[in-house]
Amino acid sequence: MQMRLNLRVLRRDKWLYLMLAPGLLYFIIFKYLPMFGIVIAFQDYVPYVGIAGSKWVGFKHFDRFFHEPVFWVLMRNTLLLGLYQIVFYFPFPIMLALLLNEVRQALFRKFIQTVIYIPHFISWVVVVGISYMLLNAQDGIIMGLLHQAGWQPQDALGSPGWFRPLLTLQVIWKESGFGTIIFLAALAGVDPQLYEAAKMDGANRWQQVLHVSLPALRSTIVILLVFRLGTFLDTGFEQIFLMVNALNRSVGDVFDTYVYERGLTQGQFSYTAAVGLFKSVISLILVLLANRTAKAFGEEGVY
Amino acid sequence: MIKSIRTRGAAGWFDWINGLFLILFSLATLVPFLFVISSSFVTTKELVEKGLVIFPSKITLAAYQYLFSTRLIPVSLLVTVFITVVGTLINMAFTILMAYPLSRRTLIGRDRIMQLVVFSILFSGGMIPTFFVVEWLGLLDTYGAYWLPGAISAFNMILLKNFFQQLPAGLEESATIDGCNDMQILTRIVLPLSMPAIATFSLFYALGHWNAYFNAIMYITDAGKWPIQVWLRQIVILSSGGLGESDFLTVVPPQTVQYAVITLSVAPLLIVYPFIQKHFSQGMLLGSVKG
Repeated sequence: MQMRLNLRVLRRDKWLYLMLAPGLLYFIIFKYLPMFGIVIAFQDYVPYVGIAGSKWVGFKHFDRFFHEPVFWVLMRNTLLLGLYQIVFYFPFPIMLALLLNEVRQALFRKFIQTVIYIPHFISWVVVVGISYMLLNAQDGIIMGLLHQAGWQPQDALGSPGWFRPLLTLQVIWKESGFGTIIFLAALAGVDPQLYEAAKMDGANRWQQVLHVSLPALRSTIVILLVFRLGTFLDTGFEQIFLMVNALNRSVGDVFDTYVYERGLTQGQFSYTAAVGLFKSVISLILVLLANRTAKAFGEEGVY
Repeated sequence: MIKSIRTRGAAGWFDWINGLFLILFSLATLVPFLFVISSSFVTTKELVEKGLVIFPSKITLAAYQYLFSTRLIPVSLLVTVFITVVGTLINMAFTILMAYPLSRRTLIGRDRIMQLVVFSILFSGGMIPTFFVVEWLGLLDTYGAYWLPGAISAFNMILLKNFFQQLPAGLEESATIDGCNDMQILTRIVLPLSMPAIATFSLFYALGHWNAYFNAIMYITDAGKWPIQVWLRQIVILSSGGLGESDFLTVVPPQTVQYAVITLSVAPLLIVYPFIQKHFSQGMLLGSVKG
């Protein structure tokens, strides 16, 4: 009986299943097939003979990776880049949103918003390209100006010391504006009476920002922070890939750039598949932990 | 969009300082663009002498004349437009066709499929296995490598599904009674009601294609199929200061030419941006209702 009912429902929804087919096929081929392809991390994969013919080697590649000095270099670079962004970038959109929220002239506010969203839509190639034009040692304008001012700065694009500050600055420039949207939405929901009450208690504008607006953002801040920690290993691959060069590789290399370099350009497929799998597994654990933490804070969680 | 105009009063020192700070931040956003664009219209001589040019004393199109005499950049711009238009159409067709059935609560297997989709956001096979799948499908060095590996953004698909779910269910019921099948409901009733959402997602997908460079680096060795962003990387980043390992350009192009390439790649966006920006900020808050 149940079976017959299901069949009837399936027939009723035949158009819906037909529509689903291309999407399902997409996820199976481009998302799930690569997951099965991970088996090459446990082989000495030779493309010519394929998965069936390649030799199984167990955890050999993982063993090698964990014992290479580069493992700790990649770990340190990833963690430090993530840390820089949380400490220096993360507060920026919050601050901007709090200030924008205080603007009373709707037109002025709209104008500022429109302008500061722009860089979000610009490609990383352009952002890094402009950085190169401004900062390169031969004819970069900023370097030239510093020279005229009597400084003898290092080559910013090639020195390891500049790498992390420079990347963080680029992220601040590119994403701070667009990042305000979610905080502004939260601020729009604040009951205006709260500000009136604060004013009655003698709070000036700055105190209203600190004691009414900022607390209203708390749950948004917590959940965004938690998920930022959850995606800690994905510190902007596109950007890093463009900024890394022979001179700053020691601080710039992260898991993804290493996989690309060793895997696709040098052909160490099984080894880099193992490195990639390590990264994917850690990422998965971090996101699940983040989700659980968000729920513990009384938030809805995302997954 | 967001109303928060509180009690009005005379602008005090707080408003002035706040306004000043926001203006400075907007300037920091805009000045790099102004600088790049004006430097592309300057003579090489003036650029070398002054270093920083915001208002050129003499406007010249020499850099653009050079770029368009090479064939390389015009072809690449056409290729990028082609990738963007076809890619966005593929994205939208795949995304809509998957989102709509999943928005129907009575669909058998809906939860299973959603789990499959969400898990693909949380965990991935990684760069190397994905590369082999693309190779196995014979997509290397074809435009398919730009379009198919990212045909659906799971995230966008879920947002669109949530958007469809918010539409009143009564419409679908009455259309069914009138004898419409599900495909007709989608094309005649649901889509016309969803145009703002469709516009927003199309724009995000289109922008993604216009700005993409990594698929080309991974999958495409035929330089004739390279989009503008890849050439931009070659001409501006890899040739700059001799840091890179460029094997395509033996001569460092003049700075004005480098500025001109950057300008060409951002110009389309900057021109349409004022007209479409409201779709982008709407999109961020779209479909945030869970279901």
